Amino acid sequence: MSARIGIVTFPGSLDDRDAARAVHLAGAEPVGLWHDDTALAGVDAVFLPGGFSYGDALRCGAIARFSQVMDSIKRAAGAGMPVVGVCNGFQVLCESHLLPGALVRNAHLRYRNRPARLRVETDRTAWTRLYEPGTEVVFPAKHGEGRYVADEATLDELERTGRVVFRYLDNPNGSMRDIAGVTNEAGNVVGLMPHPEHAVEALTGPSTDGLGVVASVLTHLSEGVSR
Amino acid sequence: MARVVVDVMLKSEILDPQGEAVLGALPRLGVGDVASVRIGKRVEIEFDEHAQNIEEQSRVIADQLLANPVIENFTVSIEQGSTETGPVGAP
Repeated sequence: MSARIGIVTFPGSLDDRDAARAVHLAGAEPVGLWHDDTALAGVDAVFLPGGFSYGDALRCGAIARFSQVMDSIKRAAGAGMPVVGVCNGFQVLCESHLLPGALVRNAHLRYRNRPARLRVETDRTAWTRLYEPGTEVVFPAKHGEGRYVADEATLDELERTGRVVFRYLDNPNGSMRDIAGVTNEAGNVVGLMPHPEHAVEALTGPSTDGLGVVASVLTHLSEGVSR
Repeated sequence: MARVVVDVMLKSEILDPQGEAVLGALPRLGVGDVASVRIGKRVEIEFDEHAQNIEEQSRVIADQLLANPVIENFTVSIEQGSTETGPVGAP
């Protein structure tokens, strides 16, 4: 039986269907999760999609953090379940303290939507284990609040422990140290601003590089690591 | 009824591009002697008349929701029996 990957729909989520399609194309079964569900429907991993949850009220991701489903996801992530957050999903993970740092307004104050060239910095996460470290990938980026910030001590710690997962080759938003994505200590929770789920088909994406994200977690799950 | 005002500001080390944009527009207003502009949020909270532990609850609201401690600082001011011009407590 193929792995089941839950995709959360918050009020204002936009990319949940694209995420479901990417999960399907990569060979897993997408399972819709609703923001006020407490049960995770027996999924093996969770994908928090992009969008504008709760209208970005207060700060991006600040209200989604208090949704019912996030309580369950936090517990599951603590027990090792793989969780990836893309764009608004990354913002939700930072606001939920599952990942360090924060995402603030782009330094140039403009919404930026174009393909982003990234370097995959590590294969030591559940969501990147099939990428050779140093591989260049192209994922679409589309955000107004994607500038990754954290204090210098946190940034040094992330670098020292190999927890910077994706780095921009042409920093589109002023992110500190060109950081596009990070992981938690255990490597099961990953967040990134650019969208791997929009880079899964030649017809609609700039590449098919994004398939590796879901393929990585399938490998991770099939090997029974941190399940 | 107690009114509480929470001011939330980006930490000084975090770049504030909105403030920079405002600063950049000031010369067009004819104002040339401004060194810095930083933009924050002011949040007004009204507790109902039976509320207890207003200061403690206000700090929970500010610390866990209104401000993100990674990037922002906050101050809490309580106006007891407040009117528009009521006294403002120490932050």
